[in-house]
This record gives sequence, C-alpha cells and structure tokens, in this order.
Amino acid sequence: MKTAFMDRLLQAYRDADDLFVLTADLGFRLFDGFEAAAPRRFYNVGVAESNMIGIAAGLSLCGKSVYCYSIIPFLVMRPFEQIRVDIAYHGLNVKLVGAGGGFTYGCEGFTHFALEDLALMSSLPNMTVVVPADPLEAEAVAGLSLEHDGPMYIRLGGRGGPVIHDRTPEMEIGRAMVLREGEDAAVIATGEMVHAGMLVAGMLSERGLSTTVVNMHTLKPLDTGIIAALASTHEAVFTIEEHNTRGGLGSAVSAVLAENGYSGVFRRFGIDEGACKGLVGGSAFLRERSGLTPEDLSEAISVSLRRA
Amino acid sequence: MAAGSELARFEEISRRVRISVLEMIYRTGSPHIGPSFSVVEILVALYFRFMNATAGAERDRFLLSKGHACPALYAVLHEKGLISREDLDGFALDGGTLQQHPVLDPGRGIEASTGSLGHGLSIAAGMALAGRVDGKEYKVYVLLSDGELNEGSVWEAVMFAGHHGLDNLVALVDYNRMQALGRTDDIVGLDPLGEKWRAFGWHVQEVDGHDFGEIFDALGALSMGRPNVLILHTVKGKGVSFMENDVLWHYRSPDEREYEAALKELRR
Repeated sequence: MKTAFMDRLLQAYRDADDLFVLTADLGFRLFDGFEAAAPRRFYNVGVAESNMIGIAAGLSLCGKSVYCYSIIPFLVMRPFEQIRVDIAYHGLNVKLVGAGGGFTYGCEGFTHFALEDLALMSSLPNMTVVVPADPLEAEAVAGLSLEHDGPMYIRLGGRGGPVIHDRTPEMEIGRAMVLREGEDAAVIATGEMVHAGMLVAGMLSERGLSTTVVNMHTLKPLDTGIIAALASTHEAVFTIEEHNTRGGLGSAVSAVLAENGYSGVFRRFGIDEGACKGLVGGSAFLRERSGLTPEDLSEAISVSLRRA
Repeated sequence: MAAGSELARFEEISRRVRISVLEMIYRTGSPHIGPSFSVVEILVALYFRFMNATAGAERDRFLLSKGHACPALYAVLHEKGLISREDLDGFALDGGTLQQHPVLDPGRGIEASTGSLGHGLSIAAGMALAGRVDGKEYKVYVLLSDGELNEGSVWEAVMFAGHHGLDNLVALVDYNRMQALGRTDDIVGLDPLGEKWRAFGWHVQEVDGHDFGEIFDALGALSMGRPNVLILHTVKGKGVSFMENDVLWHYRSPDEREYEAALKELRR
C-alpha cells in the first residue's frame, strides 16, 4: 500500500516545483526515487517528528505543498500538538501519510500499533481523514490528496494486505463506496477491514442473509447521508474497524444513527483497549484475538440478527 | 554603531511601545507584562532597521515563538502601521480583535499562530528552507524565550538548522533568566548557553538586549554559511523599576496604583 501511494506521489513530484516530501527517518528505500528526482525537495529530517511537522508548516506557509511520512504513532501522536496548532488550526496544505494502521506491525508490538489515530485526527479542525482499503485505493487517494488544498491524514496499511479492486477505483473524498447491496444487514467498514466486510457478506449469504457492504474510506468529512440512508433501509447496521472502538468509525456512525432516531440493531466491531495487552504475534493473529476475522465477525453478526 | 540622534529615535519608539503594552495589559487585566517588556528593543530594532516586513512573498519573516509576549509585538506592528488603533483597542476583549497569543495573519504581520512554546524555531526553519530552495533573499527571524529552551523540540530544530547551514535563519533568545515560575538557574539551568548553540553549528553572538548599539552591531554581523543566534541578555519587566527582575510580573496585571506608577516611570 505504501509503495502504491508513493509511486503515484512520485509521478507528481517529478513535475512539481512546490511539492516537498519529508520523512522522520523511516521508509527504507521508499524515497529513493524522490531523492534522485529532486533532492532539494526531499528531506529526511532525522528521528524528530515534532520538528518535521514544524518544518512542514513553515514550508507550507511559504506556499509549498508538503507530505510528511512516518509510522503512525510517531507521525501523529508524538507531535500531536504541533499538528493541532501548526497544521490543522492554520489549515495548511500538509499531508500526513502514516504507515501501519491497526495491528499492521504485529510482532513489533504496542509501540507501533495505530489504535487511536483516527480518533485523534478526526477531532482536529480542517483535517480530512482518509483510509484506503487496498493498494489501488492508496494510489487513488494519493491522486486525490494532490488536488486537495488543506490538511489531510492518510492511514495506510501494511505490505501484502488484501486486494478488493481489480483496477484503480473512482473515489471521492467524503463519499462512501457501496461495494455490495443487500437487505438484511449493512456492514460499514474502513481500511483493510473492508476486505473482511466483503468476506463477511459472502459468509452471511451462505446462511441466507443478504448484506450491504459500505467502504467508509473517508472518516472526516463523514458521509452522513449514506449512514442515514442505510438506517432507513436496514434493520441492522454493523461497523468494522481496526481501531479502538472509542472515537473511530463505530463511534462516528453511532452518533449519526442516534441523531436519525435509528431503532434497529447496531454493533461496533473493533479493538477493545485491553485486547492486545501482553499478546505477542503477527497482525493476523492479533486481529483474530480481537474477533476481527471474517468467521468471527459473521458469527457475531448472525447472533445479533437472531436476537433482533 | 548608530549615531546618537538615531538611537534617541529608537528609544522613543520603545518608550511608546512600552506605554502601549502597559495600557493593553492594564485595561484588560492580562498577564505577561514582564516578558513583553524584555523584548521591546529587539522588536523595534528588527522592524525599524533590519526587516523589510511589507515586501509580499519577498518579505523578511518574524515569528514570535514566545507568543505570550504578543502585546509588545502588536504595539510594534501598530507603530509600523500594520495593526490599526482599533485592533489594538480590541485586544483580549469578548468579540475583540487580538488574542493574548498571536493568530496567523500575514496581512497584519503575524506569520504563525504561536503561544505553545517549542514550535517557532521549527516553523522558522521550514520558512528558511523554502527561501533557500526558491533562491529568495529574505531572512527569517524567530524570537524564543529562555524557558522555551526547556522544550526538546527546540533542540530538534537547532540540530536540523545547524546540519543544513540555514544562514537565512536568525534565532533570538530572550535570556532574561526568568521563566513562568522562577529563575531559569533554579528550574533547568541553561548555561553555558552560547556554547550549546555553538556546538550545534550555529554562529553565536551575545549582546545586551536593551542596548540598540549592541543589537545593531550583532544583526549587522550575521554569519554566511551557518544559522545565527543572538543571545539577548535582558531584564524581565525592563523599563518599570518595580517590575524588573521580579517573577511576579510574569502573570500579574497592574492595579490602578501600579499602573499610574508604571506610566509615570515610562513617561519620564
């Protein structure tokens, strides 16, 4: 996903005069092309994320478009307050490209997990929050980000993640994508959990249940229209995210449902804050322990629907 | 060295700026008169002698990283004609014009929203980098407090600017030796401060931050090839005897009697 995003960005970087790329000493080999194409617009600022955000702000205040890259906790949590003031409040044209949504970094452990990033970034003024679901979406989002004048956080997944498209999809920031239409339940997913959502729909279909699957690739601005529409046509709505269940997709959707007077079944699937304590394992293992496999999700959804 | 009559002009502007600061703070019960008074001379020197603040994209930039001293900046920008009397009168009022920490407004000379310490030097480094890549001549000046140097992010930027030799960047440290709750020597000592910056590759000059002659000489002798820092030895509360070197005046706003006494001293 990182490579797909950066390859698209590099195409634009080669021809641009005002596009800068910064990394805080991460992204091995990811930036070779940038350095070769225009070394005066690419900087490895060192292991200094707060400084990277400030430099990006200074560049942007002088008219530059700036992309900052690191692993998510270092990119958006260490310098959160710099992002809040220098980027978001100023409304600057700075894109924060974070690697490793959710449990991507697996055995590397809690320090590298991104479980709170969507809550943090969605709370900031002027910030757009986008989560591609596969490499082709990452490529499309790279293109959209180039045309977007303002702060944006882009949460990327890992290498070898799922593929849901066979060609680059048409995407629009703030407009969710309906991937499958059904009647019994609506599943709203984001990022790599979109793939899980599609598998869930397949499994539910074997149980005689038809499921709508929505790819909520933009967390902010949230496509509230589609949520309201789903609420009026589906008796059950479920959200799936590889993020803390507080403050992410599930929280955002639940607020819209409540404001629309939704009285159907609703359940959030995500990561409980205590779920990964002491666990060692790869990303697939950790997702399994959080109940985020398609099998566990479809079972849990079936149970919820039977109770309804 | 500046001629005597010229020095008198700068001192007169500084006197007016201090009165303006006193009035803004007294009228609104605002904090930060001490740290505003300690930076008056460097601001006046920059805006009235060294900076071209009104040249569009080519303008020199100034960032008040110690944003809490903004009453002094607002008063100087007013003297320069960038901030109106009405704007000054709207300082720190409900529905007013100017906050107690600056908000980005390049048209009025405010280059970044500051007030959270430890941000300004990184932003200034980014601006200096943009200027260098664009081949522009402008300089970026950024004023930091001494207490602000407790922030680790400052030293990230110090390392970055030193490594890249950003000689269009000029840091100014208001070394009044007092921070919010006490003396810097008692909280987290900074000495030897000049040696620290020098070790990170900066050209260091130490001056009396209230002496225009020394400030002018230092700003006229900047290094080519290395980022520059002026360590300004200053007095917190400078200009009003009972406010000088007293940490109380980091936060305290004068009452009527103190206001009258301060005004009398500044008008003398």
